[in-house]
Amino acid sequence: MKLLVCISHVPDTTSKINFTEGDTKFDTTGVQFVINPNDEFGLTRAMWFKEKQNATVDVISVGGAETEPTLRKALAIGADAAIRVNAEATDGHSVATYLAAAAKEGQYDLIIAGRESIDYNGGMVPGMLAAMLDANFVTNCISLEIDGTKATAIREIDGGKETISTVLPLVIGGQKGLVEESDLRIPNMRGIMMARKKPLTVIETATETSETHSVSFEKPAPRGAVKLVEADNIDELINLLHNEAKVI
Amino acid sequence: MPVLVYTESDQGKFKKAALEVASYGKAVAEAMGTSLTALTFKVSDASELGNYGVDKVLNINSTNTFNAKIYADAIKQAAEKENATVVILSASADSRYLAPLVSVGLSAAYVPNVVATPSNLSPFTVKRTAFTNKAFCNTELSTAIKIIGVSNNSFGLIENKAAAHIEDFSPSLATSSTSVTSTDKASDKVTIADAEVVVSAGRGLKGPENWGMIEELADVLGAATACSKPVSDLGWRSHSEHVGQTGKPVAANLYIAIGISGAIQHLAGINSSKIKVVINTDPEAPFFKAADYGIVGDAFEVVPKLIEKLKVFKAQNA
Repeated sequence: MKLLVCISHVPDTTSKINFTEGDTKFDTTGVQFVINPNDEFGLTRAMWFKEKQNATVDVISVGGAETEPTLRKALAIGADAAIRVNAEATDGHSVATYLAAAAKEGQYDLIIAGRESIDYNGGMVPGMLAAMLDANFVTNCISLEIDGTKATAIREIDGGKETISTVLPLVIGGQKGLVEESDLRIPNMRGIMMARKKPLTVIETATETSETHSVSFEKPAPRGAVKLVEADNIDELINLLHNEAKVI
Repeated sequence: MPVLVYTESDQGKFKKAALEVASYGKAVAEAMGTSLTALTFKVSDASELGNYGVDKVLNINSTNTFNAKIYADAIKQAAEKENATVVILSASADSRYLAPLVSVGLSAAYVPNVVATPSNLSPFTVKRTAFTNKAFCNTELSTAIKIIGVSNNSFGLIENKAAAHIEDFSPSLATSSTSVTSTDKASDKVTIADAEVVVSAGRGLKGPENWGMIEELADVLGAATACSKPVSDLGWRSHSEHVGQTGKPVAANLYIAIGISGAIQHLAGINSSKIKVVINTDPEAPFFKAADYGIVGDAFEVVPKLIEKLKVFKAQNA
Protein backbone atom coordinates (compact mmCIF):
# COMPACT_ATOMS: atom_id res chain seq x y z
CA MET A 1 0.00 0.00 0.00
CA LYS A 2 1.32 3.43 -0.97
CA LEU A 3 0.40 6.09 1.49
CA LEU A 4 0.77 9.86 1.31
CA VAL A 5 0.44 12.09 4.36
CA CYS A 6 -0.19 15.79 3.74
CA ILE A 7 1.61 18.03 6.21
CA SER A 8 0.77 21.64 6.85
CA HIS A 9 3.45 23.81 8.46
CA VAL A 10 1.57 25.89 11.03
CA PRO A 11 2.24 28.16 14.03
CA ASP A 12 2.41 26.25 17.31
CA THR A 13 -0.90 26.27 19.20
CA THR A 14 0.53 28.55 21.92
CA SER A 15 1.51 31.24 19.38
CA LYS A 16 0.43 34.83 19.84
CA ILE A 17 -1.14 35.90 16.57
CA ASN A 18 -0.02 39.27 15.17
CA PHE A 19 0.03 40.87 11.74
CA THR A 20 2.41 43.15 9.83
CA GLU A 21 2.47 45.26 6.66
CA GLY A 22 -0.71 47.13 7.51
CA ASP A 23 -2.45 43.99 8.81
CA THR A 24 -2.06 42.19 5.49
CA LYS A 25 0.52 39.55 6.50
CA PHE A 26 0.86 37.11 9.38
CA ASP A 27 3.80 38.14 11.57
CA THR A 28 6.11 35.13 11.91
CA THR A 29 8.49 36.91 14.30
CA GLY A 30 9.19 34.64 17.25
CA VAL A 31 6.66 32.06 16.06
CA GLN A 32 7.51 28.36 16.33
CA PHE A 33 6.20 26.27 13.47
CA VAL A 34 5.07 22.69 13.92
CA ILE A 35 3.37 19.85 12.06
CA ASN A 36 -0.33 20.74 12.05
CA PRO A 37 -1.77 18.72 14.99
CA ASN A 38 -4.54 17.16 12.87
CA ASP A 39 -1.89 16.04 10.35
CA GLU A 40 0.28 14.59 13.12
CA PHE A 41 -2.55 12.28 14.21
CA GLY A 42 -2.72 11.09 10.58
CA LEU A 43 1.05 10.69 10.31
CA THR A 44 1.09 8.60 13.47
CA ARG A 45 -1.69 6.38 12.14
CA ALA A 46 0.32 6.06 8.90
CA MET A 47 3.27 4.74 10.96
CA TRP A 48 0.97 1.99 12.22
CA PHE A 49 0.09 1.03 8.61
CA LYS A 50 3.81 1.04 7.79
CA GLU A 51 4.75 -1.19 10.71
CA LYS A 52 1.75 -3.55 10.69
CA GLN A 53 0.71 -3.61 7.02
CA ASN A 54 3.96 -2.87 5.17
CA ALA A 55 2.79 0.45 3.77
CA THR A 56 5.31 2.90 2.34
CA VAL A 57 4.70 6.38 3.65
CA ASP A 58 5.55 9.59 1.82
CA VAL A 59 4.90 13.01 3.29
CA ILE A 60 4.19 16.15 1.29
CA SER A 61 3.95 19.83 2.06
CA VAL A 62 3.41 22.99 0.03
CA GLY A 63 5.71 25.83 0.98
CA GLY A 64 9.10 27.49 0.76
CA ALA A 65 12.43 26.16 2.05
CA GLU A 66 11.46 27.32 5.57
CA THR A 67 9.00 24.42 5.80
CA GLU A 68 11.71 21.76 5.36
CA PRO A 69 12.43 21.32 9.09
CA THR A 70 8.75 20.35 9.50
CA LEU A 71 9.11 17.72 6.75
CA ARG A 72 12.40 16.48 8.27
CA LYS A 73 10.56 16.04 11.56
CA ALA A 74 8.00 13.86 9.76
CA LEU A 75 10.87 11.82 8.30
CA ALA A 76 12.42 11.52 11.77
CA ILE A 77 9.08 10.21 13.08
CA GLY A 78 9.35 7.49 10.43
CA ALA A 79 8.11 8.55 6.99
CA ASP A 80 10.13 7.09 4.11
CA ALA A 81 10.42 10.07 1.78
CA ALA A 82 9.33 13.69 1.62
CA ILE A 83 8.09 15.96 -1.16
CA ARG A 84 8.04 19.73 -0.94
CA VAL A 85 6.04 21.62 -3.53
CA ASN A 86 8.00 24.82 -3.84
CA ALA A 87 5.17 27.35 -3.83
CA GLU A 88 3.43 29.67 -1.44
CA ALA A 89 0.34 28.08 0.09
CA THR A 90 -1.97 30.93 -0.93
CA ASP A 91 -5.34 29.25 -0.49
CA GLY A 92 -6.99 25.86 -0.09
CA HIS A 93 -7.74 25.47 -3.77
CA SER A 94 -4.19 26.11 -4.93
CA VAL A 95 -2.77 23.78 -2.26
CA ALA A 96 -5.22 21.03 -3.27
CA THR A 97 -4.28 21.52 -6.93
CA TYR A 98 -0.56 21.12 -6.17
CA LEU A 99 -1.19 18.09 -3.99
CA ALA A 100 -3.44 16.49 -6.61
CA ALA A 101 -0.74 16.80 -9.28
CA ALA A 102 1.86 15.16 -7.01
CA ALA A 103 -0.60 12.50 -5.85
CA LYS A 104 -1.45 11.51 -9.43
CA GLU A 105 2.24 11.17 -10.16
CA GLY A 106 2.78 8.93 -7.11
CA GLN A 107 -0.32 6.70 -7.60
CA TYR A 108 -1.15 6.56 -3.90
CA ASP A 109 -3.75 4.16 -2.51
CA LEU A 110 -4.43 6.18 0.62
CA ILE A 111 -3.92 9.88 1.32
CA ILE A 112 -4.27 11.16 4.87
CA ALA A 113 -4.54 14.88 5.56
CA GLY A 114 -5.69 16.70 8.68
CA ARG A 115 -9.36 17.63 9.01
CA GLU A 116 -8.22 21.26 8.95
CA SER A 117 -5.08 23.29 9.54
CA ILE A 118 -5.05 25.28 12.73
CA ASP A 119 -3.99 28.50 10.96
CA TYR A 120 -6.67 29.08 8.31
CA ASN A 121 -9.10 26.36 9.52
CA GLY A 122 -10.47 26.01 5.99
CA GLY A 123 -11.00 22.26 6.22
CA MET A 124 -11.22 22.18 2.43
CA VAL A 125 -7.95 20.71 1.17
CA PRO A 126 -8.74 17.00 1.77
CA GLY A 127 -12.20 17.26 0.17
CA MET A 128 -10.96 19.25 -2.83
CA LEU A 129 -8.09 16.82 -3.27
CA ALA A 130 -10.49 13.86 -3.22
CA ALA A 131 -12.76 15.55 -5.77
CA MET A 132 -9.82 16.39 -8.04
CA LEU A 133 -8.57 12.79 -7.87
CA ASP A 134 -12.07 11.29 -8.03
CA ALA A 135 -11.17 9.29 -4.91
CA ASN A 136 -13.43 8.35 -2.01
CA PHE A 137 -13.40 10.75 0.91
CA VAL A 138 -14.09 10.69 4.65
CA THR A 139 -13.42 13.68 6.87
CA ASN A 140 -13.58 14.24 10.65
CA CYS A 141 -12.18 10.72 10.68
CA ILE A 142 -11.53 9.26 14.17
CA SER A 143 -10.76 5.64 13.24
CA LEU A 144 -9.42 3.98 10.10
CA GLU A 145 -8.81 0.33 9.23
CA ILE A 146 -7.67 -0.97 5.84
CA ASP A 147 -8.18 -4.53 4.65
CA GLY A 148 -6.93 -5.10 1.10
CA THR A 149 -8.72 -2.47 -0.96
CA LYS A 150 -11.54 -2.11 1.58
CA ALA A 151 -11.57 0.61 4.23
CA THR A 152 -13.66 1.08 7.34
CA ALA A 153 -13.67 4.56 8.81
CA ILE A 154 -15.51 6.22 11.67
CA ARG A 155 -16.56 9.81 11.14
CA GLU A 156 -17.53 12.20 13.88
CA ILE A 157 -20.91 13.79 13.12
CA ASP A 158 -22.83 16.43 15.07
CA GLY A 159 -23.88 14.67 18.26
CA GLY A 160 -22.36 11.26 17.53
CA LYS A 161 -20.45 9.18 15.05
CA GLU A 162 -21.04 6.95 12.05
CA THR A 163 -19.18 4.00 10.60
CA ILE A 164 -18.44 4.21 6.90
CA SER A 165 -17.50 1.43 4.54
CA THR A 166 -15.58 2.45 1.44
CA VAL A 167 -12.78 1.40 -0.94
CA LEU A 168 -9.36 2.67 -1.97
CA PRO A 169 -8.21 5.01 -3.39
CA LEU A 170 -9.29 7.08 -0.44
CA VAL A 171 -8.60 10.53 0.99
CA ILE A 172 -8.99 10.99 4.75
CA GLY A 173 -9.44 14.21 6.74
CA GLY A 174 -8.06 13.03 10.08
CA GLN A 175 -8.23 14.31 13.63
CA LYS A 176 -7.63 13.19 17.20
CA GLY A 177 -9.06 9.71 17.63
CA LEU A 178 -7.24 8.36 14.57
CA VAL A 179 -4.63 7.82 17.25
CA GLU A 180 -4.61 9.06 20.84
CA GLU A 181 -2.56 11.99 22.07
CA SER A 182 -0.41 9.49 24.00
CA ASP A 183 0.42 7.61 20.76
CA LEU A 184 2.15 10.64 19.23
CA ARG A 185 5.87 10.06 18.72
CA ILE A 186 8.76 12.30 19.63
CA PRO A 187 11.61 11.69 17.16
CA ASN A 188 14.63 10.01 18.79
CA MET A 189 18.28 10.64 17.91
CA ARG A 190 18.41 7.65 15.58
CA GLY A 191 15.31 8.85 13.76
CA ILE A 192 16.72 12.34 13.41
CA MET A 193 20.04 11.00 12.03
CA MET A 194 18.22 8.73 9.57
CA ALA A 195 15.94 11.56 8.46
CA ARG A 196 18.96 13.49 7.18
CA LYS A 197 19.67 10.71 4.69
CA LYS A 198 16.10 10.19 3.52
CA PRO A 199 15.08 11.72 0.18
CA LEU A 200 13.40 15.14 0.21
CA THR A 201 12.35 15.99 -3.33
CA VAL A 202 11.51 19.54 -4.28
CA ILE A 203 8.91 19.97 -7.03
CA GLU A 204 8.68 23.22 -8.93
CA THR A 205 5.17 24.19 -9.98
CA ALA A 206 3.70 25.77 -13.04
CA THR A 207 0.65 27.88 -12.35
CA GLU A 208 -0.86 29.26 -9.21
CA THR A 209 -4.61 28.62 -9.01
CA SER A 210 -5.94 30.44 -5.97
CA GLU A 211 -9.60 31.37 -6.00
CA THR A 212 -9.54 33.50 -2.87
CA HIS A 213 -7.34 36.26 -1.58
CA SER A 214 -6.75 37.28 2.04
CA VAL A 215 -7.07 41.05 1.87
CA SER A 216 -6.54 42.01 5.49
CA PHE A 217 -6.58 40.66 9.03
CA GLU A 218 -8.19 41.94 12.21
CA LYS A 219 -7.91 40.91 15.82
CA PRO A 220 -11.01 40.58 17.98
CA ALA A 221 -11.90 43.72 19.93
CA PRO A 222 -10.32 43.72 23.40
CA ARG A 223 -12.67 42.51 26.12
CA GLY A 224 -13.85 44.50 29.07
CA ALA A 225 -12.73 43.36 32.52
CA VAL A 226 -14.47 40.38 34.06
CA LYS A 227 -17.29 41.14 36.51
CA LEU A 228 -16.65 39.13 39.63
CA VAL A 229 -19.55 37.80 41.64
CA GLU A 230 -19.15 36.52 45.21
CA ALA A 231 -19.38 32.73 45.53
CA ASP A 232 -22.27 33.07 48.01
CA ASN A 233 -24.20 35.48 45.79
CA ILE A 234 -25.45 33.18 43.02
CA ASP A 235 -28.66 35.25 42.72
CA GLU A 236 -26.54 38.13 41.45
CA LEU A 237 -24.99 35.93 38.74
CA ILE A 238 -28.43 34.79 37.60
CA ASN A 239 -29.63 38.40 37.64
CA LEU A 240 -26.68 39.51 35.47
CA LEU A 241 -27.13 36.64 33.00
CA HIS A 242 -30.86 37.35 32.75
CA ASN A 243 -31.08 41.15 32.81
CA GLU A 244 -27.69 42.36 31.62
CA ALA A 245 -26.37 39.68 29.25
CA LYS A 246 -29.89 38.44 28.38
CA VAL A 247 -28.68 34.91 27.73
CA ILE A 248 -30.98 33.02 30.11
CA MET B 1 -29.33 34.72 -10.67
CA PRO B 2 -30.62 33.83 -7.23
CA VAL B 3 -28.81 32.84 -4.09
CA LEU B 4 -28.97 29.13 -3.24
CA VAL B 5 -28.92 27.87 0.36
CA TYR B 6 -28.58 24.26 1.42
CA THR B 7 -31.03 23.85 4.30
CA GLU B 8 -30.24 20.71 6.29
CA SER B 9 -32.88 18.65 7.96
CA ASP B 10 -32.92 15.70 10.31
CA GLN B 11 -35.89 13.32 10.00
CA GLY B 12 -37.71 15.91 7.91
CA LYS B 13 -37.27 18.67 10.52
CA PHE B 14 -35.04 21.67 9.78
CA LYS B 15 -31.95 22.12 11.89
CA LYS B 16 -31.49 25.51 13.53
CA ALA B 17 -28.42 26.04 11.33
CA ALA B 18 -30.64 25.61 8.26
CA LEU B 19 -32.91 28.45 9.35
CA GLU B 20 -29.82 30.55 10.08
CA VAL B 21 -28.37 30.02 6.57
CA ALA B 22 -31.80 30.88 5.12
CA SER B 23 -31.83 34.13 7.17
CA TYR B 24 -28.29 34.90 6.04
CA GLY B 25 -29.09 33.97 2.43
CA LYS B 26 -32.07 36.34 2.45
CA ALA B 27 -29.81 39.22 3.53
CA VAL B 28 -27.31 38.41 0.75
CA ALA B 29 -30.09 38.04 -1.86
CA GLU B 30 -31.56 41.41 -0.84
CA ALA B 31 -28.15 43.09 -1.11
CA MET B 32 -27.76 41.56 -4.59
CA GLY B 33 -31.34 42.42 -5.61
CA THR B 34 -32.24 38.81 -6.29
CA SER B 35 -34.34 35.96 -4.91
CA LEU B 36 -33.54 33.09 -2.55
CA THR B 37 -33.83 29.38 -3.38
CA ALA B 38 -33.34 26.60 -0.83
CA LEU B 39 -32.39 23.00 -1.51
CA THR B 40 -33.80 20.34 0.82
CA PHE B 41 -33.71 16.57 1.01
CA LYS B 42 -36.78 14.56 1.95
CA VAL B 43 -38.71 17.32 3.65
CA SER B 44 -42.46 16.73 3.43
CA ASP B 45 -43.37 20.26 4.50
CA ALA B 46 -40.78 22.92 3.70
CA SER B 47 -43.17 25.84 4.21
CA GLU B 48 -41.34 26.84 7.42
CA LEU B 49 -38.54 28.19 5.20
CA GLY B 50 -40.95 30.86 3.98
CA ASN B 51 -40.72 32.42 7.44
CA TYR B 52 -37.04 33.12 6.82
CA GLY B 53 -37.24 34.69 3.37
CA VAL B 54 -37.03 31.66 1.06
CA ASP B 55 -38.85 32.34 -2.24
CA LYS B 56 -38.47 28.90 -3.77
CA VAL B 57 -37.69 25.41 -2.45
CA LEU B 58 -36.21 22.56 -4.48
CA ASN B 59 -36.95 19.33 -2.61
CA ILE B 60 -35.23 16.07 -3.51
CA ASN B 61 -37.14 12.95 -2.54
CA SER B 62 -35.08 10.29 -4.27
CA THR B 63 -32.09 9.91 -1.96
CA ASN B 64 -31.99 8.36 1.46
CA THR B 65 -29.16 8.74 3.96
CA PHE B 66 -26.51 11.42 3.82
CA ASN B 67 -23.68 10.76 1.37
CA ALA B 68 -21.26 13.66 0.83
CA LYS B 69 -20.55 12.88 -2.82
CA ILE B 70 -24.20 12.43 -3.80
CA TYR B 71 -25.43 15.43 -1.80
CA ALA B 72 -22.61 17.59 -3.22
CA ASP B 73 -23.64 16.56 -6.72
CA ALA B 74 -27.25 17.49 -5.96
CA ILE B 75 -26.22 20.94 -4.69
CA LYS B 76 -24.09 21.45 -7.79
CA GLN B 77 -26.99 20.56 -10.07
CA ALA B 78 -29.40 22.76 -8.12
CA ALA B 79 -26.97 25.69 -8.45
CA GLU B 80 -26.72 25.06 -12.20
CA LYS B 81 -30.48 24.75 -12.62
CA GLU B 82 -31.05 28.03 -10.78
CA ASN B 83 -28.04 29.81 -12.32
CA ALA B 84 -27.08 30.66 -8.74
CA THR B 85 -23.94 32.76 -8.32
CA VAL B 86 -23.82 32.43 -4.54
CA VAL B 87 -24.24 29.11 -2.70
CA ILE B 88 -24.50 29.17 1.09
CA LEU B 89 -24.03 26.32 3.57
CA SER B 90 -23.86 26.02 7.35
CA ALA B 91 -20.93 24.97 9.54
CA SER B 92 -22.47 21.59 10.40
CA ALA B 93 -20.30 18.49 10.12
CA ASP B 94 -22.21 17.41 7.00
CA SER B 95 -22.04 20.81 5.29
CA ARG B 96 -18.32 21.12 5.97
CA TYR B 97 -17.88 17.60 4.58
CA LEU B 98 -19.57 18.28 1.27
CA ALA B 99 -18.72 21.97 0.61
CA PRO B 100 -15.20 21.32 -0.79
CA LEU B 101 -16.71 18.76 -3.18
CA VAL B 102 -19.28 21.31 -4.39
CA SER B 103 -16.47 23.84 -4.75
CA VAL B 104 -14.52 21.61 -7.15
CA GLY B 105 -17.72 20.59 -8.97
CA LEU B 106 -18.72 24.20 -9.66
CA SER B 107 -15.16 25.60 -9.98
CA ALA B 108 -16.31 27.98 -7.28
CA ALA B 109 -14.23 29.58 -4.53
CA TYR B 110 -15.24 28.40 -1.05
CA VAL B 111 -14.79 30.37 2.15
CA PRO B 112 -15.96 28.78 5.43
CA ASN B 113 -16.22 30.26 8.95
CA VAL B 114 -17.85 33.44 7.65
CA VAL B 115 -19.22 35.64 10.43
CA ALA B 116 -21.00 38.48 8.59
CA THR B 117 -22.80 39.29 5.34
CA PRO B 118 -20.45 40.32 2.49
CA SER B 119 -18.82 43.69 3.16
CA ASN B 120 -18.59 44.23 -0.58
CA LEU B 121 -20.25 42.55 -3.58
CA SER B 122 -17.61 43.57 -6.14
CA PRO B 123 -15.03 42.33 -5.42
CA PHE B 124 -17.05 39.85 -3.36
CA THR B 125 -15.55 40.13 0.13
CA VAL B 126 -16.44 38.34 3.35
CA LYS B 127 -15.11 38.35 6.90
CA ARG B 128 -14.13 34.95 8.28
CA THR B 129 -12.37 33.72 11.39
CA ALA B 130 -8.75 32.56 11.12
CA PHE B 131 -6.12 31.15 13.45
CA THR B 132 -8.88 29.32 15.31
CA ASN B 133 -10.78 32.46 16.29
CA LYS B 134 -7.67 34.34 17.36
CA ALA B 135 -8.23 36.67 14.37
CA PHE B 136 -10.49 37.57 11.47
CA CYS B 137 -9.52 37.60 7.81
CA ASN B 138 -11.25 39.69 5.13
CA THR B 139 -11.26 37.44 2.09
CA GLU B 140 -12.05 38.12 -1.56
CA LEU B 141 -13.58 35.42 -3.75
CA SER B 142 -12.56 35.76 -7.38
CA THR B 143 -14.58 33.06 -9.17
CA ALA B 144 -17.93 33.54 -10.97
CA ILE B 145 -19.75 31.36 -8.41
CA LYS B 146 -19.04 31.82 -4.72
CA ILE B 147 -19.59 29.32 -1.90
CA ILE B 148 -19.92 30.54 1.66
CA GLY B 149 -19.94 28.53 4.87
CA VAL B 150 -21.65 30.53 7.63
CA SER B 151 -20.32 30.12 11.18
CA ASN B 152 -22.84 28.75 13.66
CA ASN B 153 -24.74 31.35 15.63
CA SER B 154 -23.00 34.27 13.88
CA PHE B 155 -26.05 35.71 12.12
CA GLY B 156 -29.04 34.41 14.06
CA LEU B 157 -32.56 33.68 12.87
CA ILE B 158 -34.31 36.60 11.21
CA GLU B 159 -37.96 36.27 10.25
CA ASN B 160 -38.92 37.46 6.80
CA LYS B 161 -42.18 36.34 5.16
CA ALA B 162 -41.84 34.93 1.66
CA ALA B 163 -43.81 32.59 -0.60
CA ALA B 164 -41.59 29.49 -0.41
CA HIS B 165 -42.95 27.98 -3.59
CA ILE B 166 -42.11 24.27 -3.31
CA GLU B 167 -40.96 22.23 -6.30
CA ASP B 168 -39.89 18.61 -6.60
CA PHE B 169 -36.37 18.30 -7.95
CA SER B 170 -35.18 14.96 -9.37
CA PRO B 171 -31.72 15.29 -10.85
CA SER B 172 -29.86 12.21 -12.00
CA LEU B 173 -27.32 11.86 -9.20
CA ALA B 174 -23.78 10.52 -8.95
CA THR B 175 -23.20 7.06 -7.49
CA SER B 176 -20.82 6.36 -4.62
CA SER B 177 -18.81 3.39 -3.37
CA THR B 178 -18.98 4.87 0.14
CA SER B 179 -21.82 3.93 2.46
CA VAL B 180 -22.74 4.40 6.11
CA THR B 181 -23.00 1.04 7.86
CA SER B 182 -24.04 2.28 11.30
CA THR B 183 -24.78 5.48 13.17
CA ASP B 184 -24.35 6.07 16.87
CA LYS B 185 -26.10 9.26 17.91
CA ALA B 186 -27.62 10.31 21.19
CA SER B 187 -31.00 11.66 20.13
CA ASP B 188 -31.94 13.17 23.47
CA LYS B 189 -28.79 15.28 23.89
CA VAL B 190 -28.19 18.83 22.70
CA THR B 191 -25.13 18.87 20.42
CA ILE B 192 -22.31 21.39 20.87
CA ALA B 193 -22.93 22.59 17.31
CA ASP B 194 -26.60 23.39 17.92
CA ALA B 195 -26.43 24.51 21.54
CA GLU B 196 -27.18 28.05 22.65
CA VAL B 197 -25.71 27.29 26.05
CA VAL B 198 -22.67 25.09 26.70
CA VAL B 199 -21.56 23.90 30.13
CA SER B 200 -17.92 22.86 30.09
CA ALA B 201 -15.68 21.45 32.80
CA GLY B 202 -11.99 20.81 33.29
CA ARG B 203 -9.49 19.05 35.49
CA GLY B 204 -10.71 21.09 38.45
CA LEU B 205 -13.46 18.50 38.75
CA LYS B 206 -10.88 15.94 39.92
CA GLY B 207 -12.41 12.90 38.22
CA PRO B 208 -15.05 11.62 35.78
CA GLU B 209 -17.25 10.51 38.69
CA ASN B 210 -17.95 14.16 39.47
CA TRP B 211 -19.63 15.00 36.15
CA GLY B 212 -23.12 14.36 37.50
CA MET B 213 -23.54 17.97 38.58
CA ILE B 214 -22.22 19.23 35.21
CA GLU B 215 -24.82 17.17 33.39
CA GLU B 216 -27.50 18.32 35.78
CA LEU B 217 -26.56 21.97 35.26
CA ALA B 218 -26.61 21.43 31.48
CA ASP B 219 -30.00 19.80 31.82
CA VAL B 220 -31.47 22.73 33.72
CA LEU B 221 -30.16 25.16 31.09
CA GLY B 222 -31.01 22.99 28.06
CA ALA B 223 -27.30 23.08 27.36
CA ALA B 224 -24.72 20.82 25.74
CA THR B 225 -21.82 19.49 27.82
CA ALA B 226 -18.18 20.00 26.84
CA CYS B 227 -14.74 19.64 28.38
CA SER B 228 -11.13 20.79 28.25
CA LYS B 229 -8.35 18.96 26.40
CA PRO B 230 -6.71 17.33 29.47
CA VAL B 231 -10.08 15.89 30.46
CA SER B 232 -10.53 14.22 27.06
CA ASP B 233 -6.87 13.10 26.96
CA LEU B 234 -7.31 11.48 30.39
CA GLY B 235 -10.36 9.68 29.02
CA TRP B 236 -12.72 11.21 31.60
CA ARG B 237 -14.96 12.40 28.76
CA SER B 238 -15.28 11.53 25.08
CA HIS B 239 -13.09 13.33 22.51
CA SER B 240 -16.25 14.65 20.91
CA GLU B 241 -16.67 16.96 23.91
CA HIS B 242 -13.15 18.43 23.67
CA VAL B 243 -13.32 22.17 23.03
CA GLY B 244 -10.35 24.11 21.71
CA GLN B 245 -7.89 24.49 18.90
CA THR B 246 -7.56 20.77 18.15
CA GLY B 247 -11.07 20.03 19.32
CA LYS B 248 -14.37 21.74 18.57
CA PRO B 249 -15.07 25.44 18.33
CA VAL B 250 -17.99 26.71 20.40
CA ALA B 251 -20.07 29.67 19.24
CA ALA B 252 -22.74 29.61 21.93
CA ASN B 253 -24.66 32.52 23.45
CA LEU B 254 -23.49 31.43 26.89
CA TYR B 255 -20.42 29.36 27.73
CA ILE B 256 -19.93 28.32 31.35
CA ALA B 257 -16.44 27.06 32.19
CA ILE B 258 -16.08 25.17 35.44
CA GLY B 259 -12.65 24.23 36.78
CA ILE B 260 -10.95 25.14 33.48
CA SER B 261 -7.86 27.32 33.84
CA GLY B 262 -8.09 28.72 30.31
CA ALA B 263 -5.12 27.62 28.18
CA ILE B 264 -4.68 29.76 25.07
CA GLN B 265 -5.82 26.86 22.84
CA HIS B 266 -9.03 26.47 24.83
CA LEU B 267 -9.79 30.20 24.83
CA ALA B 268 -9.27 30.29 21.04
CA GLY B 269 -11.90 27.59 20.63
CA ILE B 270 -14.56 29.54 22.52
CA ASN B 271 -13.72 33.03 21.27
CA SER B 272 -16.85 33.20 19.14
CA SER B 273 -19.12 32.54 22.11
CA LYS B 274 -20.96 35.67 23.22
CA ILE B 275 -21.02 35.51 27.03
CA LYS B 276 -18.47 33.55 29.04
CA VAL B 277 -18.76 32.67 32.69
CA VAL B 278 -15.89 31.17 34.64
CA ILE B 279 -16.00 29.35 37.96
CA ASN B 280 -12.56 28.56 39.32
CA THR B 281 -10.82 28.38 42.71
CA ASP B 282 -7.72 30.14 41.37
CA PRO B 283 -8.24 33.91 40.92
CA GLU B 284 -5.07 33.96 38.78
CA ALA B 285 -6.48 31.48 36.23
CA PRO B 286 -6.09 32.99 32.71
CA PHE B 287 -9.77 32.32 32.07
CA PHE B 288 -10.73 35.31 34.24
CA LYS B 289 -9.08 37.59 31.65
CA ALA B 290 -11.26 36.15 28.88
CA ALA B 291 -14.57 35.93 30.73
CA ASP B 292 -17.48 38.33 31.15
CA TYR B 293 -18.54 37.06 34.57
CA GLY B 294 -16.54 35.13 37.10
CA ILE B 295 -16.85 33.46 40.46
CA VAL B 296 -13.75 32.68 42.45
CA GLY B 297 -14.87 29.62 44.31
CA ASP B 298 -14.96 25.87 44.65
CA ALA B 299 -16.99 24.22 41.90
CA PHE B 300 -18.23 21.57 44.36
CA GLU B 301 -19.90 24.32 46.42
CA VAL B 302 -20.86 26.79 43.68
CA VAL B 303 -22.33 24.43 41.05
CA PRO B 304 -24.92 22.69 43.29
CA LYS B 305 -26.09 26.12 44.52
CA LEU B 306 -26.25 27.39 40.94
CA ILE B 307 -28.36 24.38 39.90
CA GLU B 308 -30.78 24.95 42.79
CA LYS B 309 -31.15 28.69 42.12
CA LEU B 310 -31.52 28.15 38.35
CA LYS B 311 -34.30 25.63 38.94
CA VAL B 312 -36.18 28.26 40.93
CA PHE B 313 -35.44 30.91 38.27
CA LYS B 314 -36.62 28.61 35.45
CA ALA B 315 -39.81 27.76 37.33
CA GLN B 316 -40.58 31.47 37.80
CA ASN B 317 -39.74 32.40 34.21
CA ALA B 318 -41.26 29.40 32.47
